[in-house]
Amino acid sequence: MENESGALSRVAGLFSARGYNIESLTVAPTEDPTLSRLTLVTRGSDEVIEQITKQLNKLVDVVKLLDLTEHRHIEREMMMVKLKVQDGEQRAEVVRMTEIFRGHIIDVSNTTYVVELTGDSPKLDAFIDAVRGFEVVEVVRSGVMGIARGDVALRL
Amino acid sequence: MQQETKTVELTGAEIFVRCLQEEGADLIFGYPGGSVLHIYDALYRQDKVKHILVRHEQGAVHAAEGFAKSTGKPGVVLVTSGPGATNAVTGIADAYMDSVPMVVFTGQVPTSLIGNDAFQEVDTVGITRPCVKHNFLVKDVKDLATTIKKAFYVATTGRPGPVVVDIPKDITAARCEFSYPKSIKMRSYNPTVKGHSGQIRKAVDLILSAKQPMLYTGGGVILGNAAKSLTELTRLLNYPITNTLMGLGGYPASDRQFLGMLGMHGTYEANMAMHHADVLIAIGARFDDRVTGNIEKFCPHARIVHVDVDPASISKNVKVDVPIVGQVDPVLKAMIKEIKAGEARPDQEALAKWWKQIDEWRAMDCLKYDKTSELIKPQHVLETLWRLTKGDAFVCSDVGQHQMWTAQFYGFDKPNRWINSGGLGTMGFGLPAAIGTQIAHPDETVVCVTGEASIQMCIQELSTALQYHLPIKVVALNNRYMGMVRQWQEFFYQGRYAMSYMDALPDFVQLAEAYGHVGMRIEQPGDVEGAIQEALKMKDRLVFMDFVTDQSENVYPMVPAGAGQNEMILL
Repeated sequence: MENESGALSRVAGLFSARGYNIESLTVAPTEDPTLSRLTLVTRGSDEVIEQITKQLNKLVDVVKLLDLTEHRHIEREMMMVKLKVQDGEQRAEVVRMTEIFRGHIIDVSNTTYVVELTGDSPKLDAFIDAVRGFEVVEVVRSGVMGIARGDVALRL
Repeated sequence: MQQETKTVELTGAEIFVRCLQEEGADLIFGYPGGSVLHIYDALYRQDKVKHILVRHEQGAVHAAEGFAKSTGKPGVVLVTSGPGATNAVTGIADAYMDSVPMVVFTGQVPTSLIGNDAFQEVDTVGITRPCVKHNFLVKDVKDLATTIKKAFYVATTGRPGPVVVDIPKDITAARCEFSYPKSIKMRSYNPTVKGHSGQIRKAVDLILSAKQPMLYTGGGVILGNAAKSLTELTRLLNYPITNTLMGLGGYPASDRQFLGMLGMHGTYEANMAMHHADVLIAIGARFDDRVTGNIEKFCPHARIVHVDVDPASISKNVKVDVPIVGQVDPVLKAMIKEIKAGEARPDQEALAKWWKQIDEWRAMDCLKYDKTSELIKPQHVLETLWRLTKGDAFVCSDVGQHQMWTAQFYGFDKPNRWINSGGLGTMGFGLPAAIGTQIAHPDETVVCVTGEASIQMCIQELSTALQYHLPIKVVALNNRYMGMVRQWQEFFYQGRYAMSYMDALPDFVQLAEAYGHVGMRIEQPGDVEGAIQEALKMKDRLVFMDFVTDQSENVYPMVPAGAGQNEMILL
């Protein structure tokens, strides 16, 4: 969509005005600074998704729209988790978990670790489940990004 | 985007005026205020763009709607920031619901003050976002001309609608070189014009295979200037046709093939024909809930063709079999060509049976009313108005029972003559809309049909009508009730008339006279015709006719909310 102030609120406003649900939303400028790319996850019957697609296409700021679920595609989400770690045993356990999930420890203090993890959403959910034995201080997730496999592309 | 070569340096306010001139927008409706003073000064110093001063910003927008609906040209509005903008919002929402081409310019506090809760500051772009086709905030005087070009382009193409351009005060004082783009291209906005030829062929095959066909057409026919093509197609097929409230005038009401309006207060024959149709041809209509009734019971036997310029209107409420996205007129022309070129013709035997059935439904005479009553029947007033104006007046209606009776009893043979608030149902629409219509058509008869409740929502515009010498004929059906509210309370709330009685009404004759107009009060059925005749003779005066009508009269037929189209309450 056009990288203009107000463009995001048109999209968000459309969802609330028409009673559609936003499960996640991520947006950032693209390599072309006049455009930004927004990935939005929503849920609905085929009819509802068709209507959402049409309504989004009607927004003047929306340049192009692609329903990734109609194509083979890859989804990724990034997460940062701050865990309380009290002793050497706990520290070792978190390091082990992070390795299993192919994450990274990106911050260390006397009492905490911050683990960075990338993957599809179920993988991130699984990690949260796996570290339930620890005190989770904070979780921050990016929301889902997606890209189609092969030749299909969302570009002008 | 092509730029004109010659350039001059102007202030933003001067650029604004020049842009309007370039667009051919020589008439604007508005109300001044602090943030738009530079613009008003620039308007004062020229004479190409005429400004109509209303008495409330809502009136400006409705007047611009009346202008737009009666001419097909975009309406233009200019209001100040803060309350100027918020007062305009009802009109903007109304224009959005009825797809009226319109550009609304709102003043804004200077850019340096935006976000500071400055005097008369509101987030106009934020407030209007859900009820405009698009809106802009101009942040640099260099963008002003291009933004105005885009605003007119977006407002008038595709499915038309209102576009708001918010202009901070400092932008109108800043200077830059002026050049107006001749044309504009927007990468994210490309409305479809021509329908898909394969879909048109499929539609024609389905249409010609029908045994019990029905044409159902809406405001898209009027907006798309397609009444002529629709008439040609309908006559070519000899199929029955119904119009929605917004579509009246799209097909001549006096024609035998016309079954009247459909929907909640549609005719028995139109609704029954819809219910029993095997092929439904929907053109420029959007399957509104007032049309479909209970969606589960809507047109249970029909396969549906739907022509609409807005892809989002297709299969939104009712799943259709053959969708065609495109402007109505070119699509209808392509259909006519396709039919004429092909061999297939409508099944005459089936059609004769279908018409026989329709004539039986027609014989129900669903719009009948008591013509011997000693009280003035509202239907009688409207029938008489129709007869005396030869069905050729511009009729601007407010919202309620009188609106439905006008739709039922004033047969429109031409498009753009029926001007009402359909989607939003805005009481107060009628009088300002009549002002915009009369200004656009100074020598035509313009009538405002209203009720004693609706008229009071924008009564201040009687003053505007005096200022510009607008000889509007106001037909007020005064039943001392908010009639439609009273009718619902009678039918569905066991006659508990909560807050629907219009107590402490003004004397409308004196009120009209106080505003400098002519007032009449009509209390006897025998005086109706004479009063209207007398009013129509006063070519240079606004005449306010206060008809004291039967309080208990209801609008029939009625499809109650949630019922099927064939489940009508009849008199």
